Amino acid sequence: MLRLERRAQASGWMKIMSPALALVLTVLTGLVIFASLGKDPIQGFLTFFIAPLTSLFGLTELLLKATPLAICAIGLAIGFRANIWNIGAEGQFILGAIAATGVALFVPAIPGVSLFLMLVAGALGGIAWAAIPAWLRTRFNTSEILVSLMLVYVAELLVSWLVFGPWKDPMGFNFPQTKMFEAAALLPTLWEGYRLNLSLGFAVVLLTAGHVMLARTHLGFQMRVAGESPSAARYAGISAKAMVWIGLGVGGACAGIAGMSEVAGPMGQLTDKVGSGYGFAAIIVAFVGRLNPLGIGMAALLMALFYIGGEQAQQYLGLPGSISKTFQGLLLFYLLAADVLIHYRLRWMRNVSPSMETSR
Amino acid sequence: MTQIRLEALTKVYPTVVATRDVSLSVAPGEIHAVLGENGAGKSTLMKMIYGLVRPTSGRIYWEGQEVVIANPADAQALGIGMVFQHFSLFESLTVAENIFLSLGQARSLADVSRDIRQYSTEFGMPLDPNRVVHDLSVGERQRVEIVRCLLQRPRLLIMDEPTSVLSPQATQSLFTTLRQIRDQGCAILYISHKLEEIRSLCDGVTVLRDGRVVDTGAVAGLTAEDLAQKMVGRQIPAPIRPPLASGKVVLSTQHLSVVSDDPFGISLADISLSLRAGEILGIAGVSGNGQRELVRTMTGELILDQPESLVIDDQPAGQLSVSQRRDRGLLSIPEDRLGSAVVPGFSLVDNFLLTAARRLHLVRKGFINRERTAQLAQRCVDQYQVKTQSVDLSMEQLSGGNIQKFVVGRELLQSPKVLICEQPTWGVDMAAAALIRQELISLARSGCAVLVISEELEELFEISDRIAVMSQGRLSPSRMITETTVEEIGRWMGGGWVSLREAHDVAS
Repeated sequence: MLRLERRAQASGWMKIMSPALALVLTVLTGLVIFASLGKDPIQGFLTFFIAPLTSLFGLTELLLKATPLAICAIGLAIGFRANIWNIGAEGQFILGAIAATGVALFVPAIPGVSLFLMLVAGALGGIAWAAIPAWLRTRFNTSEILVSLMLVYVAELLVSWLVFGPWKDPMGFNFPQTKMFEAAALLPTLWEGYRLNLSLGFAVVLLTAGHVMLARTHLGFQMRVAGESPSAARYAGISAKAMVWIGLGVGGACAGIAGMSEVAGPMGQLTDKVGSGYGFAAIIVAFVGRLNPLGIGMAALLMALFYIGGEQAQQYLGLPGSISKTFQGLLLFYLLAADVLIHYRLRWMRNVSPSMETSR
Repeated sequence: MTQIRLEALTKVYPTVVATRDVSLSVAPGEIHAVLGENGAGKSTLMKMIYGLVRPTSGRIYWEGQEVVIANPADAQALGIGMVFQHFSLFESLTVAENIFLSLGQARSLADVSRDIRQYSTEFGMPLDPNRVVHDLSVGERQRVEIVRCLLQRPRLLIMDEPTSVLSPQATQSLFTTLRQIRDQGCAILYISHKLEEIRSLCDGVTVLRDGRVVDTGAVAGLTAEDLAQKMVGRQIPAPIRPPLASGKVVLSTQHLSVVSDDPFGISLADISLSLRAGEILGIAGVSGNGQRELVRTMTGELILDQPESLVIDDQPAGQLSVSQRRDRGLLSIPEDRLGSAVVPGFSLVDNFLLTAARRLHLVRKGFINRERTAQLAQRCVDQYQVKTQSVDLSMEQLSGGNIQKFVVGRELLQSPKVLICEQPTWGVDMAAAALIRQELISLARSGCAVLVISEELEELFEISDRIAVMSQGRLSPSRMITETTVEEIGRWMGGGWVSLREAHDVAS
């Protein structure tokens, strides 16, 4: 009989290996899924996981997809470290996109300045949306999990209203979208002919800043204390309310910046599909990356690969589009399962009587 | 026949030998004490018996048969129960639910509740099964742990420093309980550093020092001095108390009443207290009589309605936050070391930073000065004799006594003006306790105002200059320590001073 036995001490090795183990299991399950759909698993594996990495176009698209994921995830991770569970990055992402679009549409375009204003507006839009759960939590002790999540749907309806109504492009054949942004309101691409743009720089800067904040600053330390031991935080005089505001604020700002870089980047306009699940996928990225900036960078690349591989699989293998989400879900599922092994080890037991369950 | 016999148990950790060739045996119906300083190997030894730690070598015999105890479930299946020094209770669940969960048998919650009521009353430590653990005092939580063990009808009961938070009366009834259990044929391993307790309760004793057995035998005929000598290997000096030269009042409240924000908490009523620089004011009382609330009021975890209700250094301070009060020099050492005083998973360096960041200037422009923090953490470890391999280890790898020395050291290095100290030597062995007491006295004599809240009357009489008693949210008038006796304070702990005050009121 296989049993779980508590380790005397958390395994540092498993903390690092658990995401790798989850990835291997995800890929193996993927092969089974390909086979059961009547596809050659090896062909499926190559198309899904390898093909996107073999061309410069594939690699730049990978980085382009990974960018908003990494930006959202680092903001979330900082809050998660302090036990602030912002599940609504998707909504904050949309509000950031809306605010940046507002600047692009209604402020006269000035090269350089426009983009900067859009960046600030995006961040503020995300912060404003995150401020709602923060205020309700600090004032009325509501659950930020529920409030931030529900606000995602409000944000989706808000963006729909805008693009179906007041902000609809009059020349857009009645499609739910704004007009295309002026060149001054678009992020410059890094290489001619590829879509990868300056937002990759934002991601690098934010990941670095996140690392510095968590590892070097007193604020980051206080957030970690608040997350690990609320009573120690109270004793040490760390304000729980401040932590809620900062945790949600940083998450909102990052999600808003990601939203801005999406409308000012590959989309070039605001549509009702702007969200496309980045804010939710970023939660998985944050956890697969162990709430650690370097890990988040790698996890964002992996998650981007799922998106792009999924598109490839649709195109070349005729698999349904939900394949990407299936892989995302599998990865999180296996990660949570593998994380058990950080605190427990597996052990084969013979002749275990049922009355001997571990009680502590 | 023996209930349990250990033969040459050795546990080697990568960096340290925790126990070496430890042999001892306990007979059914015997209370056997295991005595030793911090890090002597007592906890490791008990963890090996309870299946939490695997011996590197050696054998365990249970009722004459050799056994391998791989985990606590094996231990419980054999009939071994253990009451830990650090509690493992779910704070958000009730007493009954906590015990119900650990029994792992098909019994209803109602049955378990009835058993708890019956057992706890029978053993003289009444417990309400419907109370939520979160609202219980440390003393009450320990009762839950003890009752939880007793309900499993163990044949060997391991008690790790069980009386450290009990009132003298509760200790006496615990002893009655333990003797009752012993007389029913159960063997008891009793870990303690309180020598008088061992002398009055235990039949046999094994003394550990640096992981080895230095002596084992019957308790009868040994004096407390003999035991101390064996345990420490040297004499424990009584604290040196320079004469009191108290200065100005640095912390005071007048007729302060605070309604507890916790429905199960104790509200404070009419507290008047003034604390002078240079003195130690001891507050005695059984835990759960408002001490927690008093401390929270003073440290700023509980903000008062009126700023003037609490005066620190002639300034109104009732509405200052915890960190503002820390900035003014009011520091504290909480009762719950692992839960509040430190973050168990953080390193010693990070835990030093936890409270010392501002007063010791460990943060510059928002960035942590790691080098300086590590140096000061190292100084804390050296100066307060914290036994650890390195300041980079995580806090949870230290024994309780060493954590306490670290916490005391951390606060003292910040040169407090007022120090609020809860149970400063709880679960700490004699040598460490003596060190901490001496440090508190020296701190006071160097001009700090020290408030010590303790359930150990002996301790309070050893270090305090004045003493008062808390009972049901009220604070008694204080007495100079030279003008009162343990008996009088013991009477006051039961609320005896209230009638005294009324008599006084009538008289005046």
